[in-house]
Amino acid sequence: MKQVKLVLGVLLFGMLFFMSCSETDKKEDSSNADIPVSREMMAELTAPPNVPTPVGRRRAKKLIVKMEILEEVGTMTDGTTYNYWTFGGSVPGSFIRTRVGDEVEFTLSNHPDNKLPHNIDLHAVTGPGGGATSSFVAPGHEKTFNFKTLNPGLYVYHCATAPVGMHIANGMYGLILVEPAGGLPVVDKEYYVMQGDFYTKGENGAPGLQAFDMQKAVDEDADYVVFNGSVGALTGDNAITAKVGETVRLYVGNGGPNLVSSFHVIGEIFDKVFVEGGDMINENVQTTLVPAGGAAIVEFRVDVPGTFILVDHSIFRAFNKGALGMLKVEGEDDMKIYSGTMQEGIYLPEGGGIQSMPDEGKDKPKVSTSDKSLAEKMESGKQIYMNTCFACHQAEGQGIPNAFPPLAKSDYLNADVNRAINIVLKGKTGEITVNGEVYNSVMTKQFITSEEIADVMTYIYNSWDNNKTNVTTSRVEQVKSGH
Amino acid sequence: MKTILRLTLSIMFTLYLSAAFCQSEMVSIKGGNYIPLYGRDSLQVTISDFKIDVFPVTNQEYLDFVKRHPKWQRSQVKRLFADKNYLVNWVSDTILNDNQSLKAPITNMSWFAANDYCDCQGKRLATVDEWEYVAMADEDIADARTKDSYNEYILGWYEKPKTFNNEIGSTFKNYWNVYDLHGLVWEWTLDFNSVLVSGESRKDVDTDLNLFCGSAAIGATDLMNYAAFMRYAIRGSLKAKYSMKNLGFRCVQDIKEEK
Repeated sequence: MKQVKLVLGVLLFGMLFFMSCSETDKKEDSSNADIPVSREMMAELTAPPNVPTPVGRRRAKKLIVKMEILEEVGTMTDGTTYNYWTFGGSVPGSFIRTRVGDEVEFTLSNHPDNKLPHNIDLHAVTGPGGGATSSFVAPGHEKTFNFKTLNPGLYVYHCATAPVGMHIANGMYGLILVEPAGGLPVVDKEYYVMQGDFYTKGENGAPGLQAFDMQKAVDEDADYVVFNGSVGALTGDNAITAKVGETVRLYVGNGGPNLVSSFHVIGEIFDKVFVEGGDMINENVQTTLVPAGGAAIVEFRVDVPGTFILVDHSIFRAFNKGALGMLKVEGEDDMKIYSGTMQEGIYLPEGGGIQSMPDEGKDKPKVSTSDKSLAEKMESGKQIYMNTCFACHQAEGQGIPNAFPPLAKSDYLNADVNRAINIVLKGKTGEITVNGEVYNSVMTKQFITSEEIADVMTYIYNSWDNNKTNVTTSRVEQVKSGH
Repeated sequence: MKTILRLTLSIMFTLYLSAAFCQSEMVSIKGGNYIPLYGRDSLQVTISDFKIDVFPVTNQEYLDFVKRHPKWQRSQVKRLFADKNYLVNWVSDTILNDNQSLKAPITNMSWFAANDYCDCQGKRLATVDEWEYVAMADEDIADARTKDSYNEYILGWYEKPKTFNNEIGSTFKNYWNVYDLHGLVWEWTLDFNSVLVSGESRKDVDTDLNLFCGSAAIGATDLMNYAAFMRYAIRGSLKAKYSMKNLGFRCVQDIKEEK
């Protein structure tokens, strides 16, 4: 009896403990609004690909953010310029770094030279329009509003003045990071990468100042899909860098306006992904989806040197529209992890058809019975020749000097019919001499039937002054089985 | 010989005077009905006949105005009626900056100043509806809003930097023989703030206002609404004391009914 009481007591105590635990958890969540702030601080703002200093262990503060809107012409790609609308003079706009509980005093200034009113919608703001309602500002004026950061995470901000799509399409977006209390874990390198799609009057690569094309934007037919506002913003001299053994953290955003990014780093696996910029951490990720108007934090340790390519793995965007960046890693090779090229050779699939070998003589033994007339073989052979052989040996069998040997009046061909059949069956590499010229090239095994080989060989032998051999299907079969 | 020279000079001087001090040239606009940007429910607007300035008011004209009306000089103006950007680029109360052309449109002046300027000449500012009515014409027709070329021209201007220092008359003459409605500067209108655009343009969709520009822009897929909406957006961002580098004005006059 006593024992039962004891058990009950333990159970009860345990339940109380459990409940109180979950209660305090809840309190912590809701109390972000109550985090006290001490002192004022000017926020450090950075242009991509740089990010401001981590918050570390600092307390929540009153954080003063001053952001200027500039409409200015910049380079889209070599020879092509575009009238960008920017937060802080860069696309994407300046990176804002806060911690949870900060009280941000945000001043948005619209440069007097600008033509249009703008505002800002920060996804990190809890309030109507994410601040857009309070920040609508005419050129030559500024507006100030305050907000408290309640939810940690990586958030997009953008202009929300109509036509909203046009303002975003011209580059009005950026990222604001809200770090948890105590900051994110320390890493060696941090960078700011943000994708955006652009719509220009001229096609991709058309020179000169390109105007925004509303129709293409509505059709979601992007001319440029780029990281950090322009083609080449993250390549060559602008590449981001790291050393072997370092952990790299990328703050990846997607301004859109239309396209969703399949963010991938070629040759790396993300050790950690803060999915959609929130609290959930996924591990060992190859490609992470970054929605338009969304973000993700990715982390990976670089183990080997080399250039790692950042892409939107909707891959035509990377290679044809500009969504390509580079991470250059310096340091010692680690042959165990990646060896580099060890050996080079020519690949000729042998016997190629595991499928074709066993059928012989069983499934299709009767092919050779229907012996065609020479004329029929010539006609079919010519067709096969034009499909299969023509690209290298050319229409009149003349070949290409120094590359592909001639079939017309060819001593090598006429000397040994079986050898020729065998070459079509198995392919050929290495040096041969044809009509006095030395060729050293590769002909791959041809995947055509014995009957087709017979037809095309007959066509070749009966054209261009060759020795007029009539190659039969059975002869091809013999050569095939003979070797 | 000398007399002829003197005569010529005096004639030229008179011409110069008349050019400088006479009221600026106006043209008559024939009234009519049209559906403005925000008129989704076939909300037709009726425009009566009126006269409108052919050109925006120039730096030269405004300079003469402030000389005659010192209360509108930069150092004299009441803060209530013009913010700190008022004529901010002038060297002094009555001297323009070297890089400001006399024939460029006056900008950086408030609604109060523009309103008073027109009033002093027995004119007034155009209403939004009147302004839009005249401005929907291109070179050839009175309502060109559905023409691609018309819309592309306007959108193109929105992307051209620093057009405020171009001289008046440097853009096209429209169907009504009026210049520079598009391509030079924005223009003040009498009731610029009567069209309610909240700062949060997406919110305007579900408000119950009669004038719901946000929804017009969001629902729009054609270029016409985008071009016009940006004008309504700029008007929505203004207050009457604001002065902006890209914002000028012109005046209109009612045609008195003759019996």
